[in-house]
Amino acid sequence: MSEQHVNKVTLVEAVNMALRRAMRDDPSVVVLGEDVGTNGGVFRATLGLRDEFGFKRVLDTPLAETMIGGLSVGMAAQGLKPVAEIQFLGFIYAAMEHVVSHAARLRNRTRGRLSCPLVIRSPMGAGIRAPEHHCESVEAMFAHIPGLRVVIPSSPARAYGLLLAAIDDPDPVIFLEPTRLYRMNPQVLEDTGQRLPLDTCFTLREGSDLTLISWGASVHESLQAAAQLAEQGVSVEVIDVACVKPLDLATLEASVRKTGRCVIVHEAPRSCAVGAEIASSLYERVWLELLAPIQRVTAPDIPPPLFRMEQHYLPQVADIVQACDDALNYA
Amino acid sequence: MPLTIKVPYTRYLAPDGTLQGSLPAWADDPALLCRLYKQMRLTRLFDQKAIALQRTGRIGTYASTLGQEAIGVAIGELMQADDVLVPYYRDTAAQLRRGVRMEEILLYWGGDERGCAYADPAVQEDFPPCVPIATQALHACGVASAFKIRGEHRVAVTTCGDGATSKGDFLEALNVAGAWHLPVVFVVNNNQWAISVPRAMQCAAPTLAQKAAGAGIAGEQVDGNDMFAVYDRVQAALERARRGKGPTLIECLSYRLSDHTTADDASRYRSEAELKQAWAEEPLKRLQSFLVQHRLWDESHEQAWLSEAQTRIQAAVTAYEATAAQAPADPLDYVYAQWPSALAEQRAQWLERVSHTRTQEG
Repeated sequence: MSEQHVNKVTLVEAVNMALRRAMRDDPSVVVLGEDVGTNGGVFRATLGLRDEFGFKRVLDTPLAETMIGGLSVGMAAQGLKPVAEIQFLGFIYAAMEHVVSHAARLRNRTRGRLSCPLVIRSPMGAGIRAPEHHCESVEAMFAHIPGLRVVIPSSPARAYGLLLAAIDDPDPVIFLEPTRLYRMNPQVLEDTGQRLPLDTCFTLREGSDLTLISWGASVHESLQAAAQLAEQGVSVEVIDVACVKPLDLATLEASVRKTGRCVIVHEAPRSCAVGAEIASSLYERVWLELLAPIQRVTAPDIPPPLFRMEQHYLPQVADIVQACDDALNYA
Repeated sequence: MPLTIKVPYTRYLAPDGTLQGSLPAWADDPALLCRLYKQMRLTRLFDQKAIALQRTGRIGTYASTLGQEAIGVAIGELMQADDVLVPYYRDTAAQLRRGVRMEEILLYWGGDERGCAYADPAVQEDFPPCVPIATQALHACGVASAFKIRGEHRVAVTTCGDGATSKGDFLEALNVAGAWHLPVVFVVNNNQWAISVPRAMQCAAPTLAQKAAGAGIAGEQVDGNDMFAVYDRVQAALERARRGKGPTLIECLSYRLSDHTTADDASRYRSEAELKQAWAEEPLKRLQSFLVQHRLWDESHEQAWLSEAQTRIQAAVTAYEATAAQAPADPLDYVYAQWPSALAEQRAQWLERVSHTRTQEG
């Protein structure tokens, strides 16, 4: 084992690092959820927090997602900064009423007298051979809600910096962590406390022929596709949207204006997904400069299959390369 | 066989205002009793005015608090200023006594969010009326959790109707309150009707208070039309919670003398006879009879208070109707702490549209 390897952290370790840093820096930060205390979370995202910060700040809740949502609203209205974990995104629906009707609206309903500075973290996405209801990508359901921020990191560094920013943020943030990336591609990461902005996309690779837009786990395949296309002499710009609400259209628009071609990749089903919003907004702004129709590479409009078929469900590198080729070869 | 649970029940005053047994020591305070009565009367007069304003198009839909004045006034009277009320939408009585202004309540039902901004320092942390059923019970548990985490001796009080006890949120709230021993008081205003569905169709349990048993917390029933009973038991529950002795569920048996809201017509689903019987048991007349019987209140007191109350209500209506229009940006300015730059274009479009429409309307 090299020394460098030891210093690398995974995405889930980066989440843990950010939570620990936030709790050390701000006594109003509390962590709550199912199995987050003694067990350190089913993915170990909250590992060791109970030992360091005690049972009053790291709360093992009864097994009730509606309750976790409602409790977080009440805590946040009192000036705490609850960071709640919903164990898998497929279980968040029970908490939706509290997120949509209360967390996202409390500031507006009281004209600023009360607010809801909470974060709800949840693992998202398919590709880890998990059981039913453990594979959802429903970011669009939250992106539709005024008053929320929806953040999806795709690397340890972005998980760390964006989670710290999300906890700082005075409004409710839905923070979705791709399970497929939890232990993939560890990187060297210093615990500097450095925040990343919540309202900008991240350009991961610059290019001039085509803009490849993605977020979450699909960023991984998008980067691989860009590397393959580079070998064929195609220069692809890869953008990780990271914050799907509010959406930094300015960065996306500037890139597509430059390249004239755009492919959007996401793991969620196609209809009414964030990709549709991006494509529609780009058409409104740059259609005269487009050299080809915007392509979308997405899951189909079906429930995530159980794991024997999930590789067919997820966008693959070959699918992305094909869509890029279609855009590049459009007459 | 259904499991049987014994639920304590408290009543001091019979419907005609006569005393059953002896009153608790706190009730030996004529000034307090008159204050409670006056607040109940003020609440009812305000409530009548709100309905009149709705009927003449000066506010929107309004949920009347008619018949439950004892419950709300007792809660408002007993809570400390730094306690937090997490009310439902039929809580004019509690809110007024807590310090929410009449003109704010009118503004809220009159279609303006500023009605929940609340000027009085005592209610700065109180929640606005909660419309999605029973969700507020969980918010109160979150508030109580914050008190407990910070080691503060404060109490969260939340209210709901009988229908709300059917919802998961209510049961999840009782459950976590018990598991975490939270300083919270749940007051159910069992007014017998959830819009058109009667209490008997809501739940097979003979009492709603016994739902406390499943959560391992204290639960009891009181006559919600008897100010002495409500005051006594809410006071005890607040003390228990404040001393770290855990949560209480109080089911107040009352009756919704009004329609569900001004948009409802209760004659479609309930009988005249039932309503007449309920009027014979209503809380205001009951306390008034007691006060008159004990020579603590008379007709001249009544007339003087009616006059003062009407003056106050009229002043509130005047203030409500004189409220300046919202700034065009108000519906945007509180969605986020800071309007996201990503939405700058939508902001510009909104402001232009509102200003254009206002110009056209003159």
